[in-house]
Amino acid sequence: MILLEPELTGQTLYISGGVFDFAWLMLAAPAVGAAVLLLTGSFFDKRGHWISILAVLASFATALAIFVQFLIGGGGSYSVDYLNWITTPAWSVNIGLYIDQLSILFALLITGVGSVIHIYSVGYMAHDVRRRRFFAFLNLFVFAMLLLVLANDYLVLFVGWEGVGLSSYLLIGFWQHKPAAAAAAKKAFVMNRIGDLGLTMTVFTLLAFLGSSSFADVDAKIGTLSPQWITAVGLFLLLAACGKSAQFPLQAWLLDAMEGPTPVSALIHAATMVTAGVYLVVRSHTIFAVSEIATTAVVIVATVTIFIGAWIGCAKDDIKKVLAGSTMSQIGYMLLAAGIGPAGYAFAIFHLITHGFFKANMFLGAGSVMHATGDDVDMRHFGGLARFLPVTFATFAMGYLAIIGIPPLAGYFSKDHIIEAAFEHNLVVGSAALLGAGITAFYMTRLMMMTFFGARRWEPGVHPHESPKSMTIQLIILALFSVAIGVVMNGWIQGWLAPALGTEVHEIQWLPTPIGLITLLVVIVGVAAGVYLFRVRPVPVAQPQTKNPLVIAGRNDLFGDLANETLVVKPTMFAAQVANANDTVFIDGAIDGVAVGALKLSEIGRKLQSGRVRSYALATFVGAVFIGVITIIGQLG
Amino acid sequence: MNPEMVALLAAVLFVLGAVGVLIRRNALVIFMCVELMLNSANLLLVSFAYAHGSLDGQVAAFFVMVVAAAEVVVGLSIIVSVYRSRRTTSVDAPDLLKL
Repeated sequence: MILLEPELTGQTLYISGGVFDFAWLMLAAPAVGAAVLLLTGSFFDKRGHWISILAVLASFATALAIFVQFLIGGGGSYSVDYLNWITTPAWSVNIGLYIDQLSILFALLITGVGSVIHIYSVGYMAHDVRRRRFFAFLNLFVFAMLLLVLANDYLVLFVGWEGVGLSSYLLIGFWQHKPAAAAAAKKAFVMNRIGDLGLTMTVFTLLAFLGSSSFADVDAKIGTLSPQWITAVGLFLLLAACGKSAQFPLQAWLLDAMEGPTPVSALIHAATMVTAGVYLVVRSHTIFAVSEIATTAVVIVATVTIFIGAWIGCAKDDIKKVLAGSTMSQIGYMLLAAGIGPAGYAFAIFHLITHGFFKANMFLGAGSVMHATGDDVDMRHFGGLARFLPVTFATFAMGYLAIIGIPPLAGYFSKDHIIEAAFEHNLVVGSAALLGAGITAFYMTRLMMMTFFGARRWEPGVHPHESPKSMTIQLIILALFSVAIGVVMNGWIQGWLAPALGTEVHEIQWLPTPIGLITLLVVIVGVAAGVYLFRVRPVPVAQPQTKNPLVIAGRNDLFGDLANETLVVKPTMFAAQVANANDTVFIDGAIDGVAVGALKLSEIGRKLQSGRVRSYALATFVGAVFIGVITIIGQLG
Repeated sequence: MNPEMVALLAAVLFVLGAVGVLIRRNALVIFMCVELMLNSANLLLVSFAYAHGSLDGQVAAFFVMVVAAAEVVVGLSIIVSVYRSRRTTSVDAPDLLKL
């Protein structure tokens, strides 16, 4: 039952038992929570959220215990099969868990940030009549996401992958009475299906050629696959990652996904689910390691997305959409690091973790701002909120400083490493990453200035007030992590992940390197531009008309919807219309034709039944004569 | 008694009956013509039985008469009830079953 990997760790570890025997609890707790809340009806309407929180806390405690076990025990990995799922003569699939340094880190992030956001949601959703259902969906998400990262087989991973897609759909469309939310949920679901195609193709290919889709078998046997197929699998995985992580060209759904409740945006569309693509790429490092083309494609997609996200972030006035654009862009950084190769894997995960904290922090901060201003998301209606929402402002500022990369906050370390790795990889990619950092600083400064500083541009009747303690405490927790997690993890993350990813530990510079100093300079330029444009110069309440094509493109999500409309929706509609015409004209025509033919024939046939008795008598008579004649002729013969 | 003459008579009677059924409209007359055809057949049965010295034909003639009697009961009652409802005995008149 236990797989040992001494070749990676150099030491034999993990005899069965200890906390690993309770690993299933991580998945079971939120699954049971979701089931109880969904199946007991209105019984838990009032208190149900505590069950949900208890479940995710239990999950977190288990993850923490296993993490500590790893810390004490050192390297190694733990794999267990719980039951046999599918068996055919050619291959079989088991449902089981694979816990190593990478997946336990993810489990900690999911359950940790998940717990914080669960508790935050108690206050945020206090007035929603369907709160029980909301918490049930959150638990379902945590379960599916944990299954995704803890699975030991691509097919089981795919189940979790679909599970997070489902809960994302349910939660984006949680306010289903709003047509925009319902449409956004559908859009996210459909666009995610395209990405899922990539993952199913991966599983099919692996099963067909390697006879197994478990990580252990794939790692061991990937060398037997022909180079073309390895590249194909790599590109399939990239397609899957693009769909789930909102990377170019499947990025359009993430902005609309902001229609969901803000805690959902924080948990699913910033901290965890959208980073599943990065996890997938890093988890499949053995596949990408042998395909130059696939890694190059990853780097290109990531670089393009860094700019798309940042561009959209600069142009939007909706605070959540700015953050969504920023999420896209930051995931671009992670994917870039993952695409660079072994040198970048650890930094991709590092940035993923820090981003999970500071972006969740800022999303929840945005939720707090919306809470204060009557669910307004237009930053042009904010301004000067710093004095009225001191806690929200202070915590948001920590997230802001972390994302733009001010030392020694979290983002400085994680992003700086990626930019340096990018420069080592390729000068063009490195410059792009550097420029992206500057744009990030610009649009985040714009967000800060428009929201918390400057003149008050509030709508009439808005009286901003600080959010309740259950929300602000969560903000403070996340802000502390945004500040400290970089310093804590900087010197440690590479060594920690080395056994899981088979990478070498590079020396980490604590003091800024030349590239780090240039990055800092670019960031300061970006901040200065943001301050000049949105603090020194007044911000108009109405969105200014502009002829600048860059701004127009940004406001329209770089025409992503238009591209989807013309390239996908229109041709699909056309094909559907052709199929429909074929159905009505040819298929219906054939069937109706048979019916009409039968009708016409029977019209002729019924003429025989004239109803005139004497005609019948004549027919009978002629018939009798005929038979008589035949009989006589027969006698003669 | 010459069987050929009897057969000729029977043929003449049968043709009279058949023509009557085909050309007359009155249900009662048609009915009588039907009886005429039956009786021409009876005549043949009886005369051939006599000629062959066998009783088979005589027995068959009795069966025909019994069936004809039963048929008359049913047929006449239909004709009477049609006459009551439609005031006519023409066979062309009842056409309600026609579309």
